[in-house]
Amino acid sequence: MKNFFKIFSFIILFSGLSLSTLAAEKVEYLKTDWSFKGLFGKFDRAALQRGYQVYTEVCSSCHSMKYLSYRNLAEKGGPEFSIEQAKAIAASFEVKDGPNSDGDMFTRPGRLSDKFVMPYDNVQAAQAANGGAYPPDMSVLVKARGGGVDYIYSLLQGYEDPPAGVTLDDGVYYNKYMYGNKIKMANQLSDGLVEYSDGTIASVEQMSKDVTTFLMWSAEPHLESRHQMGFKAIVYLIILTILVYFSMKRIWSRIETEV
Amino acid sequence: MSDHEYTPKSKFGKWFNDRLPLLTLANHLTDYPTPKNLNYWWTFGGILTFCLITQIVTGLVLAMHYIAHADMAFDSVEHIMRDVNYGWLIRYIHANGASMFFLAVYIHIFRSLFYGSYKAPREIIWIIGIIIYLLMMAAAFLGYVLPWGQMSFWGATVITNLFSAIPLVGEGIVTWLWGGYSVDNPTLTRFFTLHYLIPFLILGLVVLHIWALHVPGNNNPVGIDIKKPSKDTVPFHPYIVIKDGFALLMFMIVFAFFVFYTPNILGHADNYIEANPLVTPAHIVPEWYLLPFYAILRSVPDKLLGVVAMLSAILILAALPWLDTSKIRSAVFRPLYRQFYWILVADVLILGYVGAMPAEGLYLLVARVATAYYFLHFLVILPVLGWKEKTLPIPLSITEPILGGSPNLATAKNKESLNK
Repeated sequence: MKNFFKIFSFIILFSGLSLSTLAAEKVEYLKTDWSFKGLFGKFDRAALQRGYQVYTEVCSSCHSMKYLSYRNLAEKGGPEFSIEQAKAIAASFEVKDGPNSDGDMFTRPGRLSDKFVMPYDNVQAAQAANGGAYPPDMSVLVKARGGGVDYIYSLLQGYEDPPAGVTLDDGVYYNKYMYGNKIKMANQLSDGLVEYSDGTIASVEQMSKDVTTFLMWSAEPHLESRHQMGFKAIVYLIILTILVYFSMKRIWSRIETEV
Repeated sequence: MSDHEYTPKSKFGKWFNDRLPLLTLANHLTDYPTPKNLNYWWTFGGILTFCLITQIVTGLVLAMHYIAHADMAFDSVEHIMRDVNYGWLIRYIHANGASMFFLAVYIHIFRSLFYGSYKAPREIIWIIGIIIYLLMMAAAFLGYVLPWGQMSFWGATVITNLFSAIPLVGEGIVTWLWGGYSVDNPTLTRFFTLHYLIPFLILGLVVLHIWALHVPGNNNPVGIDIKKPSKDTVPFHPYIVIKDGFALLMFMIVFAFFVFYTPNILGHADNYIEANPLVTPAHIVPEWYLLPFYAILRSVPDKLLGVVAMLSAILILAALPWLDTSKIRSAVFRPLYRQFYWILVADVLILGYVGAMPAEGLYLLVARVATAYYFLHFLVILPVLGWKEKTLPIPLSITEPILGGSPNLATAKNKESLNK
């Protein structure tokens, strides 16, 4: 049994090492309490709804979210707008459809089944409008950046005047959390930029947190059921392991050796 | 294989078994005499079988939804993650399953190194195992390309480019592998085909691996030959089955933790960016389980020699039964080898660490020293040790140390008591 614990602690050690080295961050990011971290982590529903508002009113003019559909907004584990609200949100967008029976393309109000409307027709159009930089699609952005949510949260609040000696080209901004510190996105958030309907004060910090929460959900829409299922699965496995352990002891007691 | 003749009880069973002796096989597998002193390091064979089956089953389901096309692969993976029922679960099990598979195989290999399981008469088991390991690396690499993220694309570019180091025909081989002049759609479709094929090759080799094992029977922590069946052995069922089952469950708890709580920690963030041939990632790194070999590759300044060194580092293992000249199997009775064994473990871990770091400065120096030591261990230390080492007296049977009142040597970790 001693041997067994050695193996098990080795595996834990390995996991721990991999977690610490792979998650090693060179920059100290701003910290905040994320409701979705931890064994029972869940999204803060109100933060998701506010985050969606920040996305639509601020980010969506440049950043697409091509993997999201309007129906997702009403799905369980997400912002959980009511179906009516989600329908109304979808209908507020003009969606290009067609060709119709005359062979023409036409626009119509969005439906739940539509993907989020893209701000630009193609990558080239997006680059042309943004000084050559392509605003990345934000659907899985949180998972596509080393620092994850902490990185995005910090980046949004990381705009500063460049230190002496650093010269910036036109359309380039200084951000202390950006890789290389130069970013082509100007500072987007300012206090009171959006007006939250639930009365929350729209500080830069608050909006950063809300929109980052929204991005976490868009990258991991099944995070809540993953956590719930994970807890059940692990509890189940632990109970089964204990039962099997005692059966094993019982069976091996017929032999005069230790197991 | 089985010493006694087996006759099924029922008339139909007898009729069937005379024509296809499946029942004899089943009887052999349940009765298979196993050394009773096997410790938990021996449970990883069963765990690895579980890993293989898990990868095949989850892989089959993923293949039903995945689209092997350069324009659609990334989208189809996101489709699996979002819209396929429990697609996220299947994919996270498959992706983390690869890591768990390698974790288990490294423990399995290092167990073999510690207890000398590769020595006569088990050389064929060992060599089949090395082939399985090579195929596992191929399958893992091919599979990592399929989501068509940045690391997929650039990893594929770097690894396939290794073949260009071959003199004269290298460039031609690379073009042939790619099916074009760069990693593109034809590369992706063939990688998918091969990724689907290899697990079944592995499955076939696993059958041979187990078959070859059942001829001489298991090695054991004491490393001596034992009479089978005897009081030193227990039937595989129920004793080993329940013990393997218990260890497997513990393994699954760790596995589940990764899948449910940190499913992306072992992957690289860049692989959530769709492949872009025009943008090269800052650091191209393979998955953690290939890092030691990546470090060896990069530690040699010449491209061709680097590839040769990397391949030799794996193939040298196949020669291990003949490089290790010691007649004693278990490191328990080899005080010097035991120390070199742990140095080798540390060496491989160091190689893995520097493999993840940029190849420059101190990291490069450490990688070179560690690479040199790796080969030194197998080519010089092991052969010499076999002649020079003063080994400890070995017990005549595995029950002796137990019945003698002394601690079970296999599990005793107290070096002082062993060195006396």
